[in-house]
Amino acid sequence: AGPVESRTEAAMSELVPESRQKPVVPMKPMGINANLLGYIGIDTIIEQMRKKTMKTGFDFNIMVVGQSGLGKSTLVNTLFKSQVSRKSSGWNREEKIPKTVEIKAIGHVIEEGGVKMKLTVIDTPGFGDQINNENCWEPIEKYINEQYEKFLKEEVNIARKKRIPDTRVHCCLYFISPTGHSLRPLDLEFMKHLSKVVNIIPVIAKADTMTLEEKTEFKQRVRKELEVNGIEFYPQKEFDEDLEDKTENDKIRQESMPFAVVGSDKEYQVNGKRVLGRKTPWGIIEVENLTHCEFALLRDFVIRTHLQDLKEVTHNIHYETYRAKRLNDNGGLPPMTVETEENHESNL
Amino acid sequence: YTQLLFSCQFSDSAGYVGFANLPNQVHRKSVKKGFEFTLMVVGESGLGKSTLINSLFLTDLYPERYIPGAAEKIERTVQIEASTVEIEERGVKLRLTVVDTPGYGDAINSQDCFKTIIQYIDNQFERYLHDESGLNRRHIIDNRVHCCFYFISPFGHGLKPLDVEFMKALHGKVNIVPVIAKADTLTLKERERLKRRVLDEISEHGIRIYQLPDADSDEDEEFKEQTRVLKASIPFAVIGSNQLIEVKGKKIRGRLYPWGVVEVENPEHNDFLKLRTMLVTHMQDLQEVTQDLHYENFRSERLKRTGKPVEEEVVDKDRILQQKEAEVR
Repeated sequence: AGPVESRTEAAMSELVPESRQKPVVPMKPMGINANLLGYIGIDTIIEQMRKKTMKTGFDFNIMVVGQSGLGKSTLVNTLFKSQVSRKSSGWNREEKIPKTVEIKAIGHVIEEGGVKMKLTVIDTPGFGDQINNENCWEPIEKYINEQYEKFLKEEVNIARKKRIPDTRVHCCLYFISPTGHSLRPLDLEFMKHLSKVVNIIPVIAKADTMTLEEKTEFKQRVRKELEVNGIEFYPQKEFDEDLEDKTENDKIRQESMPFAVVGSDKEYQVNGKRVLGRKTPWGIIEVENLTHCEFALLRDFVIRTHLQDLKEVTHNIHYETYRAKRLNDNGGLPPMTVETEENHESNL
Repeated sequence: YTQLLFSCQFSDSAGYVGFANLPNQVHRKSVKKGFEFTLMVVGESGLGKSTLINSLFLTDLYPERYIPGAAEKIERTVQIEASTVEIEERGVKLRLTVVDTPGYGDAINSQDCFKTIIQYIDNQFERYLHDESGLNRRHIIDNRVHCCFYFISPFGHGLKPLDVEFMKALHGKVNIVPVIAKADTLTLKERERLKRRVLDEISEHGIRIYQLPDADSDEDEEFKEQTRVLKASIPFAVIGSNQLIEVKGKKIRGRLYPWGVVEVENPEHNDFLKLRTMLVTHMQDLQEVTQDLHYENFRSERLKRTGKPVEEEVVDKDRILQQKEAEVR
């Protein structure tokens, strides 16, 4: 491929005077030298980026929200094939249900194929477990915004870190109870509030309680309800970058989501292979079998294809929205002087 | 969606999660976005800068060039001219901006000739700082200078006073890559002697030129060797040419002399290929050093001075304090 030339003079600073008349240069289709056998090697920059990604490793922060007992920890452990989330022994009577929603973040470093990931799983025990669950999403929203604030503070620092530690929530898995009927009012309230600040991926938990027909119907109903209530879950339509993304994401939004999943950390022998599953008298439910449940779809979606995009939407959209709001509140100036103002307030 | 799955090297083996595919995801996004790179060239007129740039990127950046005579040059001050070219190779798009500095070193008294250049570099930093601090950061354009090729004349005995002053003034603002121009005026021995001289003088004056990072221990031997060779060849002694000459049945870039043909892409004739390899394999690093070192230095200095990254009114911190006190009363 020869070089494609488009000549534009980059806009320069107004301070530099240009006294010489530059001749108007017409667009040439191919330069005289384009026919020369030549390979510059520009494409090696991709390899450089790949090496860099592998070396620096990356952060990924995933939050799980849902009533206790819906299999959140088991699912996360299954997703990352390691014990990254501690299962609550809800059966233990001595372990009390927390009175308010708690936020518990646990970090792990896992490595695969030379790529290091610092995974943080943020659990939200207590969500939806009270008798009165009003506003129980507030501590969660507060936590998410606190992480944006932390990042912003570091970003506006005079001497800032080369790589700002990223504790922002990149993905929030919301667990829907497989009632087979519809979403609960709490589900709607949560997703309405939080879809504006974080990427929400709704999943139908413990999907092995539904037959195929029940599953299809329930999914359709949930999708309809989300649409009617104006809830934009990830991947959000407005952030599709191009036609390729849109086609791919449309299919996921309109057919696959919400993923009906089953999680397990136990292995069984099926047809000579060791598989993760749940053993019942009527058969073994294979977690990674697409005819049994959609776990593999969820895993591929979150980890294998959209991981980077989840991070980018968090950084370029959600974080920027937060930042813009903060700047506007501060009169268009970055909140660098916030601390001094606060000090003055306390002196008054 | 499915394409990315198949490009995974690993099959669904037990214990495989799949985030090893992240570099592929990053790759896909980068290829879609394309890359930007700004290269500045500085040196006296007639050192072959334009020819070299054309040779490096196989393009003709200056087709209808007008070369002024000496009398005109007396009037000229240093100009800054930026040209942008889009190069695509194997699906990877690069938007390359070359910033030329005609007039540098031409004046009889070259006392202030790099002021304009410093100003240009600072202005790009200033602009970026302003954009980065703004409300809408979706489409920030990075016009910061990522690399500066500084052309050293092969006709002297080493660095000229102007060369030393320039590099000392700019080494904290941009990655400087010194290049010995028109290397075909030197024999190999003369070349080695000049290179050594230049390096000695650079070290003597405490000039910080761009340092190629050492190859990591997990790189293959070939790459490690390549890095060693590149590091040992600095400053690169190069020749450029836009002319095609037939040598042994092949058309190559070169310069035809009565005594033979100098081949641009022949590593035994000059360091052109090394320069190109260095630039291309370190594009990413050059950008990173610009961002993490030069830009951050600029930014922290700037913020320390004014406290606000806005070019317009510098709101006095004292004034804010006074206002607050007035409010209380």
